[in-house]
Amino acid sequence: MSAFLEVKNLSVAFPTEDGVVQAVDSLSFSVEKGKTLGIVGESGSGKSVTSLAILGLQKGSRAKVSGQIWVDGNEIVAASESEVRKLRGKAMSMIFQDALAALHPYYTVGHQIAEAYLVHNDVSKKAAMARAVEMLDRVGIPEPHKRVNDFPHQFSGGMRQRAMIAMALSCNPSLLIADEPTTALDVTVQAQILELLRDLQKEFGTAIILITHDLGVVAETADDILLMYAGKQIEYGTVRDVLQVPQHPYAWGLLTSIPRLTGDPNLALTAIQGAPPSLISVPSGCAFHPRCTYVDNVGAACSTLIPELIPVSEGKHHSVRCHMSAKVREQLFTSQVAPHL
Amino acid sequence: MTTTNSPILSVQGLTKHFPGGREGFFGKRDVVQAVDGVTFDVAPGEALGLVGESGCGKSTTGRLITRLLEPTAGSVVFEGQDISHFSNAQMQPIRTQLQMIFQDPYASLNPRHTVGTIVSTPFKINKVTPEGGVKKRVQEILEIVGLNPEHYNRYPHEFSGGQRQRIGIARALALRPKLIVADEPVSALDVSIQAQIINLMKDLQKDFGLTFVFIAHDLAVVRHFAQRVAVMYLGNIVEIADRDTLYATPKHPYTKALLSAVPEADPDAVGARERIRLTGDVPNPINPPSGCRFRTRCWKAADICATQAPALLQIGKTQVACHFPE
Repeated sequence: MSAFLEVKNLSVAFPTEDGVVQAVDSLSFSVEKGKTLGIVGESGSGKSVTSLAILGLQKGSRAKVSGQIWVDGNEIVAASESEVRKLRGKAMSMIFQDALAALHPYYTVGHQIAEAYLVHNDVSKKAAMARAVEMLDRVGIPEPHKRVNDFPHQFSGGMRQRAMIAMALSCNPSLLIADEPTTALDVTVQAQILELLRDLQKEFGTAIILITHDLGVVAETADDILLMYAGKQIEYGTVRDVLQVPQHPYAWGLLTSIPRLTGDPNLALTAIQGAPPSLISVPSGCAFHPRCTYVDNVGAACSTLIPELIPVSEGKHHSVRCHMSAKVREQLFTSQVAPHL
Repeated sequence: MTTTNSPILSVQGLTKHFPGGREGFFGKRDVVQAVDGVTFDVAPGEALGLVGESGCGKSTTGRLITRLLEPTAGSVVFEGQDISHFSNAQMQPIRTQLQMIFQDPYASLNPRHTVGTIVSTPFKINKVTPEGGVKKRVQEILEIVGLNPEHYNRYPHEFSGGQRQRIGIARALALRPKLIVADEPVSALDVSIQAQIINLMKDLQKDFGLTFVFIAHDLAVVRHFAQRVAVMYLGNIVEIADRDTLYATPKHPYTKALLSAVPEADPDAVGARERIRLTGDVPNPINPPSGCRFRTRCWKAADICATQAPALLQIGKTQVACHFPE
């Protein structure tokens, strides 16, 4: 069993004037080909830093990266910049949230798509442009042979995002990291883009990491969920497990606080009290304990000991970082959380 | 919703056209038809949700109601007074009744002013001295919105996004207005904080009998806040109904498509729901499609849709603008 992407004990820290910011703390997960992992968390939980680390984009910065990242048998953390450069674009690539900011305003869309293809393939410029047209067609841009010569500002928001996807997929990468790919888009266009990603994944067998704060988007596209809070993974498992029998009180809080299209709209939403912590002064013990409704069930351990990531039941691919015993969690979930879902 | 009392806000044929670019130096100026003939009433104590995608004119409508913009045509009647072409001086007494909450809690607060200054500014501008002094009143309001009154002398950067939005709400509440226009008040916030702010605004609506016009793109958020919902598309209202009717039996194809596009955080719901995938993007409001503006993306479009713009008609409990309603 070897997954295409394997991350082991990944930690990323940034030294700052105010102290060390531990943006990502001992993260471990894996993604197989043709599967999608959704990394979910609120702002500042370390989602984007994780994706940049996988792409090796923190080399040369002050970030301290430790642990191991294996992409198709290549280790990224210890590799040199030039080694990672060969993988970027070809073995793995990325779709950014803000397509207008990620595309260069001075070059045509076609030029930018062809660029990556030229770097990794020994082809003529003409062939690369033909490839750009082909990719634009594949992502559903009408009249691709004309639009290939347009500049990014001539595209609408949804088309820009499509162009970004075309660029990211031009070299048939085996791993695609999509960082909030639909957050800036309207719902009807978001639905189109998510469907496109699903179709392309089916066709090319791409492994996808989808970074988002939207549990709805994850439910519709991902196979696995990694839930992050203050730089740590606090719950990890299949979409079905994490969304239907969530284990961590933070997951409960998230699921009961999102407004839904079903259920009684007159019931007040159950908000999580407080706000996510600053990464400079992460609370001791379990980082979530100051906001947790259920601290009294455990006692002092919550504020002193960092809970281990343990499987929910033996041999199961569903793990959680919480001091409460599985039995207590189950009782609380059925009596207090499930009625609000 | 049937109410015996007269509406607090009545909008009739509201239209706003912005001047666009020129074609060549001597060319004719383009006209951006941001809002085109929008009509609705809001009853006292009601929360009306205004939903639509970017560029549909929902924010412009909000700004026309608060008279931050002057309408090109149509009227805004607030408490029986037609304020659509009031001067700033005439608007002054009305602004105490009509407040706004903005989307971005970072951009809408002056970083150089303390929270105390920000929330007391409405009193200063309108020369109102509340009982017991401004400071006492401001601290009361801070407490009402869930902030620590002792934070009176702090600056916006010392607060998190959710707390800043509370400051914005405190400022809007300061003069005890009757109507608040909230323009995407929770879309910039994290999920766990969104629920806090929605609950706060719901409590305020109940406690102070406030009337809300709640502008949002998120249908699920609107469902939890508004009693009546209006769906906008490219400057027009395509459907208005009370909440339960609209979400249970959407009549306009666009409303239906919008509802089916919302991703749900339930793996069992995925695939169980009927999917409608709209193709393409929202057309340019400089040159909107003739007839029904939604026809270019509509799967039901026929010849009549291109020639005749459908009027907003009552069907059952719903008002809908479509030639072929569901």
